[in-house]
Amino acid sequence: MDTTTILKAAGVSKFFPGVKALSKVNFTLRRGEIHALMGENGAGKSTLIKVMTGVQKPNEGTILFNDKRISPKTPQEAQNIGISTVYQEINLCPNISVAENIFIGRLPKKNGKIDWNTMNEQAKQILERLHIQIDVSRLVSSYSIAIQQMIAIARAVDMSSGVLILDEPTSSLDSREVQELFKIMRKLKNEGMAIIFVSHFLKQVFEISDRMTVLRNGLLVGEYKTSELTQTQLVAKMVGGTSVTSEELPNKRRKPRVMEGQTFLKTNGLEKHGSIEAFDLAIRTGEVIGIAGLLGSGRTEMAKLIFGIDQADQGNITIDNNMMTLMYPRKAIKNGIAFCPEDRKVEGVVEDLTIRENIVLALQAKRGYFSYMPLKKQCQLAQKYIDLLKIKTPSMEQKIGNLSGGNQQKVILARWLTTNPKLLILDEPTRGIDIGAKGEIRRIILSLAAEGMTILLISSELEELVRCCDRVVILRDRSLIGQLEGDGITETKIMKLIGEGGVKAANEDIG
Amino acid sequence: MKIKFQIGGNNITILATLLLFIVLFGSGSILYEGFFSLQVFLNLFIDNAYLIIVATGLAFVIITGGIDLSVGAMVALVSTIIAFLLKQGVNPYLVIIFVLIIGVLFGFAQGFLITRFHLHPWIVTLAGMFFARGSAQLISTDNIAVNNKLFLKFSEIIIPFPGGSFLSIGAVAAIIIVVAGVYVAKFTSFGRNVYALGGNERSSLLMGLPVRRTKVMVYMLSGFCSALAGIVFTVYTLSGFAMHLLGMEMDAIAACVIGGILLTGGYGHIIGPLLGTLSTGVIQTIITFQGTLSSWWTKIVIGLLLCLFIVLQKLIVTGKFKYRSTKVSRKEEIKAEKRSSI
Repeated sequence: MDTTTILKAAGVSKFFPGVKALSKVNFTLRRGEIHALMGENGAGKSTLIKVMTGVQKPNEGTILFNDKRISPKTPQEAQNIGISTVYQEINLCPNISVAENIFIGRLPKKNGKIDWNTMNEQAKQILERLHIQIDVSRLVSSYSIAIQQMIAIARAVDMSSGVLILDEPTSSLDSREVQELFKIMRKLKNEGMAIIFVSHFLKQVFEISDRMTVLRNGLLVGEYKTSELTQTQLVAKMVGGTSVTSEELPNKRRKPRVMEGQTFLKTNGLEKHGSIEAFDLAIRTGEVIGIAGLLGSGRTEMAKLIFGIDQADQGNITIDNNMMTLMYPRKAIKNGIAFCPEDRKVEGVVEDLTIRENIVLALQAKRGYFSYMPLKKQCQLAQKYIDLLKIKTPSMEQKIGNLSGGNQQKVILARWLTTNPKLLILDEPTRGIDIGAKGEIRRIILSLAAEGMTILLISSELEELVRCCDRVVILRDRSLIGQLEGDGITETKIMKLIGEGGVKAANEDIG
Repeated sequence: MKIKFQIGGNNITILATLLLFIVLFGSGSILYEGFFSLQVFLNLFIDNAYLIIVATGLAFVIITGGIDLSVGAMVALVSTIIAFLLKQGVNPYLVIIFVLIIGVLFGFAQGFLITRFHLHPWIVTLAGMFFARGSAQLISTDNIAVNNKLFLKFSEIIIPFPGGSFLSIGAVAAIIIVVAGVYVAKFTSFGRNVYALGGNERSSLLMGLPVRRTKVMVYMLSGFCSALAGIVFTVYTLSGFAMHLLGMEMDAIAACVIGGILLTGGYGHIIGPLLGTLSTGVIQTIITFQGTLSSWWTKIVIGLLLCLFIVLQKLIVTGKFKYRSTKVSRKEEIKAEKRSSI
């Protein structure tokens, strides 16, 4: 072993009941490099990280840090050794201050008591190093997701002595913030820090990483120099084919249809103060309508108003010529609307229930809780959608928590499809899932649309909107500013509409 | 040291409780002659010393997102043990140390079960409650009087205040516990870990905090406070009885809630349970002064107050959100003004 190696995993395996999450994986991290860990969902990236950081114990294999064998049992032990991690879900405590979140576990003390002044001072300096100027004595919950992400990174950077692991750090950042983060990563790299970077954004991976390790189905595919690999080659290694067809890399665009059908749902001056300005939106039966806009531009808020999760201050909704001023989820479901929320971990998946139970949940709610659904019928339904959506699972009685992100998303989709919705609202259906699953979900969307379902699609990926939608409406600064139709939908046009001051405004909102 | 005072979620319920207390005490003073005196105020501490101690310990548990239902039964068990051992002629100092150790061990056992087997604190401490109450019955079903010299001396100690008023030793112990509790919560790692844990347990774990240890420790702290409250209560009543303080755990929870400790965990100030106890205590005092009302009116008023405070807390949570969103829209107004001026 050479002296440049700082962290090495040799022959590491991890088994879960019924699943081989990792088998005999080798991984080498060198000082002063940014090493991308690549693979589809369920390939074992997260498991490898968890094993190296003491969240989970490997069934076999060894982990070496500076040539010394380590076996951290808790994240704290891993931190003490010198490995700090920023996980995919932001792991901060919302109820304590920014400064405390950076220092908790090692709070600065004077005469045996916590020295709040020093702590706030130091926290401010640490954040300033990352070009963030915020009031560190305020609660974390009062800042946006993007800032919270930076706070989590600041904590990890400050604690790390050698290895920094960033698991999907960019999924909630806009492009300017990503560049800020990359600047910081390069600076740390030059200081000799070894960084493991996990991301689904291939472009970002190629921009920032020096080397990459590819995993597939818990097996090591190989380690490569980034400069010696093309994006297509990488994708091929990740999905396992020798060549990638357009099926797997869904770039091909469907011909948008111009819908002239009747209006299914129409909003009239719908508004909620502080979350979205009054908007008029008419959704025609059978169309796929996209909502584009930056994070925080009011996309999700719009969907939540339509589905009745949030109540509007003003305005009304007309569905099938019935005007209503008060909307709530049960009423929305009764009127044939289904809503797949953005954050499936928090708002969608009921982790402790099985796949079957998760699938029948919405239908049961629609039927009323007292009308019993026979187990046989439940099984039939679940099996039907497992087959239809190609959900990868050993059994429908598997706990949904054991599935990969993409498959969980499919289960949520199945849940709403069982209710035979007329309008399906999808909020970021492909966020945080791998390319293969992304392609499949998009295909499902298109085939549902072909069967005549009306779909409202919210997505940060312009390419996804361009590919799937008949019409795209654009939001900026919490108001609806325009729409594109038919062949007029292109990435550049959408970006231009969002762009006019949009990025700047979004940043002001965060600062 | 500079302490910045912000009216935030943590403080506003405290202020509300303080205001409630002042209003109650004020109206008592206006309505009844002789109500407005230092001694009436100090009596609130003397009569509720045990409850203040228990509620302060319980507050730590609740802030982690847990609950301890065994506290009332623990006080009864401790008072029975003390009375029983003193009757056998055991050295009173040894008895005091012994029951404090029992309290800590009892808390440790509960905390261990909860963290080791991921059991719900409700169930474990409910079992603890039955266990403690049952054990007390086993020791003695009689109300045992305490005649020990040291305990009699304790009960007679008076800390004089100007104008002939005084505090009992139990009340002083309660005040010390509250001050220590506030300090621990704000200025020790343990205290901050308790808050972090209540805010998000998973995050705390991934941030490398000693989650399990902290959890076990809060139950040990609660056990210690219960045992101490048991001693204070025994000195106060000079008796040990297995059926003492039935349902007192609920009074302690009520004191925490009225004092602004959110049952969902993560929020609240340790001074809160003291203010909550004083508020409920002053209601009792008013009803005593009134003279004709049934003492059960205390419970009715406390019930109403609990509802009021839970609603208040809910409003604060949503109000905070509204405060933020209006700020955003204000920002947009400024932006719109700028745009139109161009």
